[in-house]
Amino acid sequence: MDQVTVRLSLNGAEVEASVEPRMHAIDFLRERYELSSPRVGCEHGVCGACTIRVSGRIVRGCLLLAVQLDGADVQTLEGLTAAGEIADLQQAFHERNAMQCGYCTSGMLMASQEYLQTATSCSREAIREHLSGNYCRCTGYEAIVDAVAKVAVSRGLKLLGDNA
Amino acid sequence: MNAPTTTQEQQALGQQRWIGASVARPNGRRLVDGAAVYVDDIRLPRMLNVFFVRSPYASARIKGIALDAARKSKGVVAIYTGADLARRIAPMLATLAHFKGMKAAEQPCLAIDRVCWQGEPVVAIVAQSRHLAEDAAQHVQIDYEELPVVTDMERALDADAPVIHPDLGDNLCFTREIDTGNWDETATSSDLVIERTFRFPRHTGVCLEGRSVIGDYSVSDKRLTVYISHQAPNMIQDCYARLLGLTESAVRVICRDVGGSYGIKTHVYGDELATCAISMDLGRPIKFVADRIESFTSDIHSRDHKVSIRMAFAKDGTLRGIDFLDMLAIGPYSVYPRTSVVEGNQIVNITGQWYRHDAYRAKMVNVFTNMAIYSNYRAVGHPVAVGVTEAMMDSAARALGVDPVEIRRKNLLRDEQFPCSTPSGMKFECMSHHRCLDKITAMMDLPRLRKEQASLRQKGIYRGIGIVSMIEITNPSAMFYGVGGARISAQDGCTVKMEPGGGIVVLNGCGEQGQGTETIFAQVAADALGVDFADVRVVTGDTDATPYGGGTWASRGAGVGGEATWQAARALRENILALAAVVLETSADRLEIRAGKVVDVLTGEEKTSLAELGRIAYFRPDTLGSFQAELCVTRHFVPKAYPFTFTNGALACHLEVDVDTGFIKLLKFWAVEDCGTVLNAQLVDEQMRGSIVQGIGPTLYEQCLYDERGQLLNGNMADYLVPMAYEMPDMEIGHISTPTKSSELGAKGAGEAGTAGAPGAIMNALNDALSPFRVEMFDMPFTPEKVLRALGRIDD
Repeated sequence: MDQVTVRLSLNGAEVEASVEPRMHAIDFLRERYELSSPRVGCEHGVCGACTIRVSGRIVRGCLLLAVQLDGADVQTLEGLTAAGEIADLQQAFHERNAMQCGYCTSGMLMASQEYLQTATSCSREAIREHLSGNYCRCTGYEAIVDAVAKVAVSRGLKLLGDNA
Repeated sequence: MNAPTTTQEQQALGQQRWIGASVARPNGRRLVDGAAVYVDDIRLPRMLNVFFVRSPYASARIKGIALDAARKSKGVVAIYTGADLARRIAPMLATLAHFKGMKAAEQPCLAIDRVCWQGEPVVAIVAQSRHLAEDAAQHVQIDYEELPVVTDMERALDADAPVIHPDLGDNLCFTREIDTGNWDETATSSDLVIERTFRFPRHTGVCLEGRSVIGDYSVSDKRLTVYISHQAPNMIQDCYARLLGLTESAVRVICRDVGGSYGIKTHVYGDELATCAISMDLGRPIKFVADRIESFTSDIHSRDHKVSIRMAFAKDGTLRGIDFLDMLAIGPYSVYPRTSVVEGNQIVNITGQWYRHDAYRAKMVNVFTNMAIYSNYRAVGHPVAVGVTEAMMDSAARALGVDPVEIRRKNLLRDEQFPCSTPSGMKFECMSHHRCLDKITAMMDLPRLRKEQASLRQKGIYRGIGIVSMIEITNPSAMFYGVGGARISAQDGCTVKMEPGGGIVVLNGCGEQGQGTETIFAQVAADALGVDFADVRVVTGDTDATPYGGGTWASRGAGVGGEATWQAARALRENILALAAVVLETSADRLEIRAGKVVDVLTGEEKTSLAELGRIAYFRPDTLGSFQAELCVTRHFVPKAYPFTFTNGALACHLEVDVDTGFIKLLKFWAVEDCGTVLNAQLVDEQMRGSIVQGIGPTLYEQCLYDERGQLLNGNMADYLVPMAYEMPDMEIGHISTPTKSSELGAKGAGEAGTAGAPGAIMNALNDALSPFRVEMFDMPFTPEKVLRALGRIDD
């Protein structure tokens, strides 16, 4: 199969690679660059474990081809961790035990950070709705909602609703 | 003086208590940093990938397999059939002696000559990458002759049903009956006998990380290293050694981070075993990771029951007797080595046993079908046992005009009746049913909820309140598997050692799959020794490093692994004090360890540090005369006083039914659990919340749907619905603590009660909400369509 050259920014570094057109973005990141924080879960765009950030928006790594990353600014949890962008959120997840097996956690953090960046006010219901594309089999979600709500308040968002 | 030997005594002495504290999990940090290492993240030199071609049919004869074209496909290294691998792997036969009369067939790790379920592995393709192996799979030609299938449990024993294993005579795997002999007379002399039929759907665990394994056989060392996503490393070591013809010591099993397990990963799977056999054949590391459709068709499924039950009551609500038949459909094989009959066995053992009654007649019938393999999943049998019992209590309460809380208070075993034996033969040590019920109704503010319910009904809003009382089997003794001949350890060992710098290392046979196992071991060791939590490091998941043990399942991590940790750490503490006494030329009973320092027990004055003792013991033992320090101690623990340590609790659900759409909205959950001594309050609460949501799933959404040809219709996460954040309620957790006296720690298990109790709580809340319509529903999952049919709003 013909190889295609892609050039992208990957966690802040400029990279160039030649890939098969059929290669998925999630496999490209995991296998080519050993960026293992995005996880393969359903391969169907449902579970959110493979969530990455592409040019500012979170997307499913399993529904995207590597060639579609050409010219993009791609960030994985490794990049956010190194930059310290979500240190408060990671701390809140850790303290509140908002992860058990941890397999969904990368995607949950990426989706939570997008929520916190885009929300103008915050409620538990809105957090739950925003995270509804991310499957967690272990926690039952409540600890995750608690952690995100805590960070929302600490970042200056007003928490609405009677469960605050 | 004697050292305090119980946590209560320590507390009385005002010592630092890590036990019970909600400390964060040290091993959780890598999970939030994106740095966890699951099997698929492990890369070994010269590693190859294996892909399994699986049967598209539920039952078929294999007339021929043509592999020539596939062998020529790019990147292919080797291809194996079932017959090829049968030369390397012994077949699996999962029967146990204590399940008298149980029948099963030998299961090859890859199908030979015929297939018995859709998804059964048939051909293994080894290639440079998974993609290339899948490319080659398109060129594999298997000539099948499709055969009739058995998918309906109620017809599996008909005279004209196809028999899946002709040698076994019929499709009956196992049946067992418990009969106190007095049901008929009890029923005749009772004021009310109610009869209902329940259905519990076939469903599966949906671990987010698929099953995964790397077999790494070293031809030079003649040793197989198995990296596997699993809950029971020593069980895998034992089974793989025997099935692959190796000695135990030639097999090392490593479990690093595990991405969800819930019982799915306590079994031996043919494809995983084949991966290791192929590694032995090729002398290279081989990786297998199940993708999502493979997970749906080849992970174990569970539940799938039809329960027909009668319960007899006096008109004041006193329960007099229970009589039921539980039909359940397993797959074509009994899953190795735990079998596929434990679920039904638990149900006849425990249904209704937390209520006083005289007559008990319980029968279970396990039949083989051509559906996916089936075995133990979280809360084995309990959702059924608790669900039917508690729905029947509510039905009886409605029929008799008795309040559902009062009918429970009337019949629940009282604290002063323990210890006791039940009509089914279970032995209960200590429980707190009435205290749990009192606490949960207070947490709920039940009178307020009832008042609100009544006023909303006037406005056409239908809310329901469901409460269950329940028990849960935890901390199993050898009665669970060992007595039947299974080589599954009921005991667990723990080594606790002091390093030269004074740090403490705990090595334990019970591992971590996200429950917080390692954290509670560190808390237990810290208190037992008198050191800081941060100075304790825990190692699990490596059979070369940890003492032999059963692993983490049946809610045994805290109660068994935790107790072994306590005892090993207490013994190490004595050894450290003996060393200190020699160094300080005093007597050990005048010394104590507090916050990592050796102090005078009376004055608290610091005498020396663990680091100084470590320096002397390891580097200057010449100064100790004839004294030999022992700073590495191993202790083992197994529950002996009772076959199981039962926990108890109460769960409650508040929901609203939209009678126009059939949708059920969960408003709130409450749970009060008595797991004895709480080792880490936050971790126990999160086990409860997570397990409640795993109970919600199959009650409202989850079901493996099969057609009449045995085809799974919804083997992907778009069609198989699981609980997601938006639909889930907040859950309030409370505790009652009745420590078991069968251990010094007093901890009972805490991992499964929510899954056991939630289905019954939802069912009772739903039927409470529907009570104005005089409708009851007992056929899970309670989909909107079923709700509307029950209400007569739609029909065919």
